[in-house]
Amino acid sequence: MSSTINTKFSRRSFLRTSSLASGGMLIGFNFFTACKDTVKMPVDIAKLNYNDFNAFIKISNEGMVTIFSPNPEIGQGVKTSMPMLIAEELDVPWENVNVVQGILDTQNYTRQVAGGSQSIRFGWDALRQTGATARQILVNAAAAKWGVDASECSAKQGVITNAAGETLGYGDVVNEAAVLENERAAARAAKIAALVEGEKLEEEPIALKDPKDFTLIGTDVGNVDIDKIITGKPLFGLDYKAEGMVYASVLRPPSFGQVLESYDATAAKAVSGVIDVIKIGEKAKAYLAKGEVDWSAKLADTEKVVVIAENSWAAIKAKKAIKAQWSESTPLENTAAHDKILVDLLDGNKLTNLRKDGNVRKAFSQADKVVERTYESPFLPHNCMEPMNFYANVTDSKIHLVGPVQTPASAASTVANMLGRDEKEIRLEMTRMGGGFGRRLYGDFVYEAAEISDQIRRPVKMFSTREDDMATGVYRPAIKYRIAASIKDGEITGYHLKEAAVNSNMYGIIPDFFPAGAIENYQVDVAKYDSNITTGAWRAPYTNFLSYAEQSFLDELAEVLEKDPVQMRLDLLEKVKGTTDDRIQYSAERLQDVLKLAVEKSGYRTPKEGVFQGVCAYYCHNTHVAEVADVVMEGNQPVVKKITVAVDCGIVVNPLGAMNQIEGGAIDGVGHAMYGDFVFEDGKPTSKNFDSYRLIRMNETPIVETHFVKNTLSPTGLGEPTLPPAGAAVAIALKKATGNRVYKQPFATNMATKPILG
Amino acid sequence: MPTYNLKINGKSQSIEAAEDTPLLWALRDQLDMVGTKFGCGIGQCGACTVHVDGNATRSCLLSIAALDGKEVTTIEGLSEDGSHPVQVAWKEIDVPQCGYCQAGQIMTASAFLEKNTNPSKDEIRKAMHGNICRCASYNRIENAVAKAAENKMA
Ligand code: FES
Ligand code: FES
Repeated sequence: MSSTINTKFSRRSFLRTSSLASGGMLIGFNFFTACKDTVKMPVDIAKLNYNDFNAFIKISNEGMVTIFSPNPEIGQGVKTSMPMLIAEELDVPWENVNVVQGILDTQNYTRQVAGGSQSIRFGWDALRQTGATARQILVNAAAAKWGVDASECSAKQGVITNAAGETLGYGDVVNEAAVLENERAAARAAKIAALVEGEKLEEEPIALKDPKDFTLIGTDVGNVDIDKIITGKPLFGLDYKAEGMVYASVLRPPSFGQVLESYDATAAKAVSGVIDVIKIGEKAKAYLAKGEVDWSAKLADTEKVVVIAENSWAAIKAKKAIKAQWSESTPLENTAAHDKILVDLLDGNKLTNLRKDGNVRKAFSQADKVVERTYESPFLPHNCMEPMNFYANVTDSKIHLVGPVQTPASAASTVANMLGRDEKEIRLEMTRMGGGFGRRLYGDFVYEAAEISDQIRRPVKMFSTREDDMATGVYRPAIKYRIAASIKDGEITGYHLKEAAVNSNMYGIIPDFFPAGAIENYQVDVAKYDSNITTGAWRAPYTNFLSYAEQSFLDELAEVLEKDPVQMRLDLLEKVKGTTDDRIQYSAERLQDVLKLAVEKSGYRTPKEGVFQGVCAYYCHNTHVAEVADVVMEGNQPVVKKITVAVDCGIVVNPLGAMNQIEGGAIDGVGHAMYGDFVFEDGKPTSKNFDSYRLIRMNETPIVETHFVKNTLSPTGLGEPTLPPAGAAVAIALKKATGNRVYKQPFATNMATKPILG
Repeated sequence: MPTYNLKINGKSQSIEAAEDTPLLWALRDQLDMVGTKFGCGIGQCGACTVHVDGNATRSCLLSIAALDGKEVTTIEGLSEDGSHPVQVAWKEIDVPQCGYCQAGQIMTASAFLEKNTNPSKDEIRKAMHGNICRCASYNRIENAVAKAAENKMA
C-alpha cells in the first residue's frame, strides 16, 4: 500500500540522472533547494563535484547501490540513518547498499551541518522522496522494456515485477532508466519553457510508503563503518595522510587575553625531525579586522608560533622547546571574578526580557510564599576524543582541505576569504569525526591549517595535543540561573527565570519550553558578561544546564506544596493543552506521555527498599524525554545505578543507533553534572588533560534503559535531547538519598555528602 | 637517528627515529598503522592501547627504545579480518558511536579476556575503567566484553 503524500518537493526539480561511462546510473539530488534546470550530471564517477547536487545515488549494472551521504558524521549515526531513508523508498536490500561520505564543494549546498539534532528532521521528507523518485524511474524503465504501463509494475527489494509475473532487477534496467529519465527531463524543461506567466507545471506527486509498510525504517541497522572501526582502518581526520605531508603543531597563547610578543626557536629548530618554525596569524587577523567573522575566530586574534616537522612527535617536542614571550592585550580573567560578576547581574536590573506572560511582579506581591533558588554551572570543554586537526594543501591553483568539521561550508568560505582566494578553488573532504559535541562547528583549526599551508606551500596536517585542545577551546559558557516562584492558595501563580551567562544568552525559543504556558504569570530575563574567553555551542546548548535548574526547582516546589512531583507536572501540563499560544514549542500531551511511561517503566510508584528515584520530564531539540535516576547509598556515598529514559522522537528510524545516542546522551549528562568542572585562573584553565579533568568512566556509569513512545510522527533528533534531563533526575534522586539539595555543578564537589561512585 | 627493529603483529619492522619516540607515533606516522589512536598522550585515556607481550599497554608512554625483543600487537594485527571474538562481539552489539576510542577499548578488552575468561560484571567494569569513551558507549562496551567472553567459551 502506498499513500500519496503531498509534498513541496517536485521530483524533477531537485534531481537529475545520468548514464555513467562505467555503466549504471547516477542520480544527483539536493536537499531542500531546487537545482538549476541547466545543470549537467557527470558521466564519470570520479568527477562528482557536489556543485549543484550535494548527494548522489549510484546504481550499478549489478544492482548495487552506493549512496554518497552528505552529512558529516560525528558519532550520531546519520551516516547510517540518512541512507536508510533513501533505501527504504528505493526499496533495495540494505546488504546491497554501500555508503560513502560526501565531499564538499561549496556552491549551492544546504544543511551540510551536524548540529542541533536536526539532520534527520530535515532529511525525513527529502531523502524518502529521493528514494521514491529513483524507484519510479527504474519502474518506468522496466515498464518501457516490457511495453506495459508503469502502473502495472511494482518494485520490491531491488526487483521489479509486472502483471504477468515477469521480473527485472534494478541493475537490468539502469542503463535504459538513465536515458529515459533524461528524455523526460528534457521534455519537462521544454514544457516549463512553454509556460505562460503565472502558470505552473502540473506534476504528479510521488507516492511515499505508508509508515506501516516500512521494511527497513524501524529495524536495527548496524553502524556502516563498523568493520573499519573494529579493525583500525584510517577513518578519522587524524588518520588522513597525503604524499609529502608534514606535521604542524601550533603554540597559542597560554592565557586568553594574551598575544604573542616575541619568541626564540633556536632550541626547537635543533630537535631532530623539525623542518622549520614559523609564525602565522597575519592573515587571520587581517580577516578578523574586517569585522565580518563569527566570534569563534577570537581564537585567531593573535599571532602564533608553528613547528613544522616530519612527524608528530618531533612537532610536539619542539613546541615545548620554544621560548615565547606573551603580552596582555586584554585583562586575564578568572572564575572567582566571573562568579561575582554573574551574581551581580542576577541581582541587578540590567536584564533583557525574552518572554513575559501576565504580571509576575503582581503575582509575587500577592503571594503567600515566594521560593527563590540560584543554580550555578562552570565552563566546560568539549573534549572530543579526537583532538582538533585538519589537513590543508594550498597551492597556486587550488586548495585541498580534509578533516573533521561540522560546518564544512562556512569553514571553506572563511578560508577563501581569509586567503583572498576564489571559493571554487576549494575542495573540502570530510572525514569521520572522533566526536563533535559542538566543538567542530567552529572552524578555527581549519583556518590555522590553511594559513600554515598557504605560507609553507606544502601539504600539512595541523594537529592539537590534548593540552592544546583543552586549554584553547570554545567552551560551554559558565551560567547562573535564578528562579523564583510565587505560591498562592497551594498553587504556583508566578514564575520568574533569570539567566546570567558569560558571552551569550539562551536563544529565542528556549523561553517557550516547559513550563512556559503552564503558569499564568511567567517571565524570562537574561543578562550577559562579555569575556575574552571563547565560548560556544556545547551538546544541547543552554538546556544542558537549564534543565537541571528548572527541573530541580520544580521538584523543590512540589516539596513545598506537598504535592507529588509527577502529578504536579502532569497538572501543569494539563493547563497547556489546547493553548492558542503558537510560541509554545512542546506538546503537553507528548510530554505527559513520556513522563507517564518513565514512571511506569522505572517502577517509580513501587519503590524498592534503598533505591532513591528522581524523576523529570523535559523538552528540547524537538524531542520529548522523561528520565528517572536510581541512586543507592553505598556506605554513606550515593551511587547512580540506573537511568530509565522514555523518549518520544516520532518514528524511530534505526532503533539500534537511536538507543546508542540515547544511552550516550544520558550518561554524558550524568557524567558532566557529577564531575564536569573547569576553572580559570589568570586567563587559563587549571585543567589541561585527563589527569586533572574528570570525565565519567566505566565504573561510574549507570545502566541506561530506554523506552520509546510508539507513534508515526515525523522523526526528531536524538543527539542531544537525552542529555539535559539526566543531571536533573540525578540531582532530584540525590536529594532523596542524602536529604540535601545540590545547587551547583559539578555535584561531586558541591554536595554535602560527596559521592564516590563505583 | 638510531634504527630500531620492532616486532609488530608478527612482522619485523625497522624504523629510524629519535630514541624517545613513543610507539604510538612510530606506528601512526612512520609505519602507517593509524588504528592506534592519540587521545591524551599521558596514559590517561586508553585510546592508544596495544599489547606488548600480551599485556595491554599505553603506547603513548612507551618509547620504541624500550621495545627490544618484545612483541607488539596492534588493532590491525588482532586478527586478519576482524574475526577476533572481541571484534565480533563489538559488531554484534554495535558498540561504537564516533568510534574513535574503540580500538583502544578492544585492545584492553582482548588482553583482559586472555587472563580472565569468565569475568564477572564487576571485573569487566574494573578492567575497562581506564579507557575513556567520550561518547559514553559504556553500557555497550560492558555488554560486548561479556558477549565476547561468552562467545569465546562457547
Ligand atoms: S593517548 Fe595514550 S592513554 Fe591517552
Ligand atoms: S565512541 Fe566516541 S569516544 Fe568512544
